[in-house]
Amino acid sequence: MGSPFEYAPAPESRSIVDIKPSYGLFVNGEFVDGHGKSFKTISPATEEVLAEVAEADEADVDAAVKAARKAYDKVWSKMPGRERAKYLYRIARIIQERSRELAVLESLDNGKPIKESRDVDVPIVAAHFFYYAGWADKLAYAMPHSAGRGSDPQPLGVAAQVIPWNFPLLMLAWKIAPALACGNTVVLKPAETTPLTALLFAEICQQADLPPGVVNIVTGAGGTGQALVSHPGVDKVAFTGSTEVGKAIARAVAGTDKKVTLELGGKAANIVFDDAPLNQAVEGIVNGIFFNQGHVCCAGSRLLVQESVAEELLAKLKRRMSTLRVGDPLDKNTDIGAINSAEQLARIRELSDIGEAEGAGRWSPECELPQHGFWFPPTLFTGVSQAHRIAREEIFGPVLSVLTFRTPSEAVEKANNTPYGLSAGVWTEKGSRILSMANQLRAGVVWANTFNKFDPTSPFGGFKESGYGREGGRHGLEAYLR
Amino acid sequence: MTATASNLDLYAEVTRSEASLRRFLHGLPGVDQVGADARAAGLGTRSIKTSAKVYALDLAIRMVDLTTLEGQDTPGKVRALASKAMRPDPADPSCPQVAAVCVYPDMVATAKETLDSSGVHVAAVATAFPSGRAALDIKLADTRDAVEAGADEIDMVIDRGAFLSGRYQQVFDEIVAVKQACARSNGESAHLKVIFETGELQTYDNVRRASWLAMMAGADFIKTSTGKVQPAATLPVTLIMLEAVRDFREQTGTMIGVKPAGGIRTAKDAIKYLVMVNEIAGPDWLDPDWFRFGASTLLNELLMQRTKMTTGRYSGPDYFTLD
Repeated sequence: MGSPFEYAPAPESRSIVDIKPSYGLFVNGEFVDGHGKSFKTISPATEEVLAEVAEADEADVDAAVKAARKAYDKVWSKMPGRERAKYLYRIARIIQERSRELAVLESLDNGKPIKESRDVDVPIVAAHFFYYAGWADKLAYAMPHSAGRGSDPQPLGVAAQVIPWNFPLLMLAWKIAPALACGNTVVLKPAETTPLTALLFAEICQQADLPPGVVNIVTGAGGTGQALVSHPGVDKVAFTGSTEVGKAIARAVAGTDKKVTLELGGKAANIVFDDAPLNQAVEGIVNGIFFNQGHVCCAGSRLLVQESVAEELLAKLKRRMSTLRVGDPLDKNTDIGAINSAEQLARIRELSDIGEAEGAGRWSPECELPQHGFWFPPTLFTGVSQAHRIAREEIFGPVLSVLTFRTPSEAVEKANNTPYGLSAGVWTEKGSRILSMANQLRAGVVWANTFNKFDPTSPFGGFKESGYGREGGRHGLEAYLR
Repeated sequence: MTATASNLDLYAEVTRSEASLRRFLHGLPGVDQVGADARAAGLGTRSIKTSAKVYALDLAIRMVDLTTLEGQDTPGKVRALASKAMRPDPADPSCPQVAAVCVYPDMVATAKETLDSSGVHVAAVATAFPSGRAALDIKLADTRDAVEAGADEIDMVIDRGAFLSGRYQQVFDEIVAVKQACARSNGESAHLKVIFETGELQTYDNVRRASWLAMMAGADFIKTSTGKVQPAATLPVTLIMLEAVRDFREQTGTMIGVKPAGGIRTAKDAIKYLVMVNEIAGPDWLDPDWFRFGASTLLNELLMQRTKMTTGRYSGPDYFTLD
């Protein structure tokens, strides 16, 4: 669709952020060298090397856990909640002050469009710290009737936290804010492809005068994560990532007294009934699967549409997809950025090719992809059935599988017919149907006439292979208290 | 004319009775207010710079219906406004002229005289503007009066009372009748813009229903507001109307224009509307034939931004003519 109204490039300046040539580990309030083999982190949009990052080996992890233990024993667990809250408020305010810096760095390292890092990720990150800061001196009210606990809940100790690359800073906030509010100390490992905002967050901890050892950040790949979660000095493991790694973690901590929460994969159904507000449903579908390049565990990757409106809805969806702008993550007009890594791109390609080979109809709007970097066009598959692999496996990319249904009960059956159960969406103007669907869907989050909306006050988590435990809201505190 | 006639045929079954009309309008997919607001706000974050901004500012100027609708309007005021419409920026001959001058019917002749063959249209607000509270024959006489005086475009108001009490047939019939009254003796017809006064219809569902009602009745343009009621034009309301004209073209092949009016004061706002036109209705609507701004103060804001784009300097309001 050629338009005379061509939007000129409107790039956000990257001069606001000062990326160092190399980064160490953040242990006991200081940046220290790692003893593993350092690795490079690149911008997935250009493959440009951004920085060299230290890798933590077992000894480094051990030092970080010990620092966290010391800070827990000597300072943080003894500090009154209202004092802990002050630090969290301070961190939240610094995040707001440095929001543009954080947003630019996140988009550079992750590949997500600046409008998402600027308008979604970073504001919710600050909101999480503000929200849990408010809980720090009210924990007795969070769980007033816990059995055997009276109304004096206590922190667990040292939390080992391993987070994914899709929302590097946001997942950090989901993990660190409730842990600290409850009086725990943390050792956090960011994903190997997106360590930079976590390291900038370490600087923010210094700026906030957070006592040394309360937050420790160890960078590295799977080996570092494994060393961290299986470290005997850890009391709590929190992981967000793939179901495969989640299972390995569950095995690694089995037989220990570590508490575990896992937030894993998903294959969410986004269900559109024939009485839905169709134009807004199209927006919800687009937001559900193309937000953050589809690198969202709760992405609405299966569209279930009632047959009687399927044709009309698909025509609208395709027209809408034609207006999506794919390209430079730092351009303020970019809707879809870069795929995070070559590895992930290969997986998206592989599963899409399988979808085509299995007979589903593949469609993408015409869109020019940049020459360098990792890119995949927004894609939808029609004529998908429950038996197709693209209807069952998590693709974790901008790929939507479209299925149809005839009756509400068929919609429920199909939506629940998956090993996952993280989220679901229901689109209908009928309030009673929303409630009845929400009761029947086995998913941790059910959105009604919206999708991918996040708020610190709202608990988030999965059914079945999507994990266990809840993050966010009052429920999110339970994972960090005993 | 032929397109309109065939649309009337196309929807003959729908518009046959009050009951069938109601069934159709209430059967349109609903609008989720939160979602529509979010979509409009999202489009508002587009960043329009350099060459795109130059294009947008000139287009916006060409789309302005320069408006004066005051009890205190005089021939002198209207002549001044008409001069401004033809030469918005006397200092810069490359500045395009606006689309039309919008006045009350009694000022049409005066405006026409000044504008002559400049290409700038004269639009007249008729049908007991702004409330629409008059008998049909008075509304029709008001319309014929303006057409005879030379109005190129008629901006009519719907009977919001009838619409809100569910008398859709009455609203429909009135639009059809006013459309007929727009006919000139030479067989041509003044363009009809139908004003909903969305600030009084209030819900987006109502805006969508009013849009379809007017399009089926033969409107050439659908317009948000009179400018006399707050809120006047808003981005989400315009979004709903742009979706309606887009869907209508898909069904009938006929393009209908959209005119937000009232409350659009800054160049930045105007550009947000153009982004919405581009991405919701599509680039075909990026033309004064299909999209207009009903405004008065907006023009000078656009001119100031335009001058800044060409000279690199931002000058004050004293460097632009009042009217």
